[in-house]
Amino acid sequence: MPIRSAAPEIPQAEKARLFAQVTADERYKDYMYGCYECGICVAVCPSARFYDFSPRKIAQAVAREDLDIFWEQMNKDIWDCSQCFSCLKCPRGNNPGGVITIMREVAVNNGLRTAREALEGYSRIIYKIMGTGTQVSPDMIRADAFPDWGPTAQDTADNLALWRRAMPPETMHTTTTSWEVSEKTLGELYLIWHVTGVLDMIRQVDEGLHQILVDVMEESLEEQGFDLSERPAAAPAQE
Amino acid sequence: MQNVPTAPLTFAEQAKQRIFKRDPDEAPIEDIREEVFALERAGDWRVQRVPEPFVSVETKYGRTKKIPVQRNWHHKSCGQCGHIPGYSTSIFWLQRKLGCDYNDPKDQTSCTAWNYYASATSNAAAQAAVAMRNFAAADEVGYFPLIHCATSYGHYKEVRNELVRHPQLRAEVRRILGMMGKELVMPEEIVHYSEWVHAMRDEIAKRVVLDLSKIVTTVHPACHYYKLVQEDAIYDPDVYGGQRTAIVSATVKAVGAQVADYSTWFDCCGFGFRHILVQRDFSRSFATQRKIDVMREEANPDVTLTHDTGCVTTLDKSQFASKAHSPKIGIPVMSEAQFAALAMGAHPYRVCQLHWHATDYRPLLAKMGIDWEARWAEFQQDLKRLESGEAQYLTWEDADA
Repeated sequence: MPIRSAAPEIPQAEKARLFAQVTADERYKDYMYGCYECGICVAVCPSARFYDFSPRKIAQAVAREDLDIFWEQMNKDIWDCSQCFSCLKCPRGNNPGGVITIMREVAVNNGLRTAREALEGYSRIIYKIMGTGTQVSPDMIRADAFPDWGPTAQDTADNLALWRRAMPPETMHTTTTSWEVSEKTLGELYLIWHVTGVLDMIRQVDEGLHQILVDVMEESLEEQGFDLSERPAAAPAQE
Repeated sequence: MQNVPTAPLTFAEQAKQRIFKRDPDEAPIEDIREEVFALERAGDWRVQRVPEPFVSVETKYGRTKKIPVQRNWHHKSCGQCGHIPGYSTSIFWLQRKLGCDYNDPKDQTSCTAWNYYASATSNAAAQAAVAMRNFAAADEVGYFPLIHCATSYGHYKEVRNELVRHPQLRAEVRRILGMMGKELVMPEEIVHYSEWVHAMRDEIAKRVVLDLSKIVTTVHPACHYYKLVQEDAIYDPDVYGGQRTAIVSATVKAVGAQVADYSTWFDCCGFGFRHILVQRDFSRSFATQRKIDVMREEANPDVTLTHDTGCVTTLDKSQFASKAHSPKIGIPVMSEAQFAALAMGAHPYRVCQLHWHATDYRPLLAKMGIDWEARWAEFQQDLKRLESGEAQYLTWEDADA
């Protein structure tokens, strides 16, 4: 999925505001120590082989506080990263993949158009993980969704319920979740999303999905007696 | 006696004489577990001890790590249970065959890290709260977390580091868990299932019923196992001279198969988290061009083995679409747990659930001496029993019938 270019005219103050949010994250000082420019991170990076992407450029841009390159990266490069963390090979101890994780969080928190575009088609996954407690489910395997997985995708879809029953572990007979998650457990997960502000992040990238999740979660939270007036505390990682 | 002058050693000769020996006292990275216990002494949290009996293994810098043999709380994997379920089933089967008491909980959520690394629609507090909720759930029933997914494992170790370093994060997570009536409990060790398999490999080897000496494997070590919080991964001087993680390779050798080397062993599989779901052109290209093609060219294996959800998924499922342009495609992919289970005589369909895999595994089974046609016929009979209502589910007793 190509990510369209960012809006051309962005005030430097806005770029500086986002940059400040990245560097204010508590984890940032554990992830960036400067850059030797040795290129080891690029040599081991899978995304660098297939995209115009470089973890070294990420590290250098933030280390030099180059707001223009930072802004470009916030709108494209960060979504090319594979998050494999091969770049932890860095002899200086930098973690470019970790910096990208923070940059992505800031992009989502601020509802950048390019973040919404990068996550187009991804809403069903967010719904699955936040709403059911497992990231993917057996019933996602369909020939139209995974034509590149070959004929086993169709076989799996055709026989799904039966094949799920043909497995000994009793927690794995499910088709809409990867395993059976209890209602109480799910309520506790909803509470976490609610009080940490993650639901508010979802609103930034997909308002429709946000409303669906609120509807799904509110009833469960109330049934379990959790106090919904509890608002998110200041996110401790972004003070 | 007169001294005979000798020529100074060349650099190459000096290098040959150098002996690399791991020394925990010289480790370049702190042992975070010491901080974990210090926080317990300070009253910040309670540490859940590794239950006995345990096996001590050596990690990257020569420290020891305790791997619990019994009383494992199975922290299952979304992608394993959902899309390649024989992976999870084989782990359970191995534990049952080795007589282990375990807990398969419904009070477990995903670590949610796949989504976090894919979309960043979460934050440090939420991720830490998810981890600590699961750890508390394990502690409540008296079992110790055994984490099936390498991403969960790596992410939880990142979370452990963040919680140790940032008191405000600990306070926030303690507040959230308090709302659920749960305590802040950190496991003494964060343990991946493949570490349990590694620790038990000699016991597994005693139960092997197949001659695997002609089976050539390649091993793909999972990035989130040994690159994230690298100091905690298992290394062994007898495996690649201790210069790579010993995980999976040591198990394969123990069960009697060959491990063949290939040059792109350090490369990731191409999973990409977001890419495997919504941008699979990258995942397919990387998996086939940088991994499968290279393995075929350099090692020509019968199977490639790995120890993570994303790696099995990407390496296995990506091959079909590449058949059109590459004759090298067609290496079956499975976890070392499935391979070890097969070696111990597990049913390829009832236990290892290989019919969920995309790349043709049947030539491998035949070479291993497994009559896959007979086993498939048995499984079809099982399905008929389920369809007719004679039985509702396949049981563990059925699996070994």
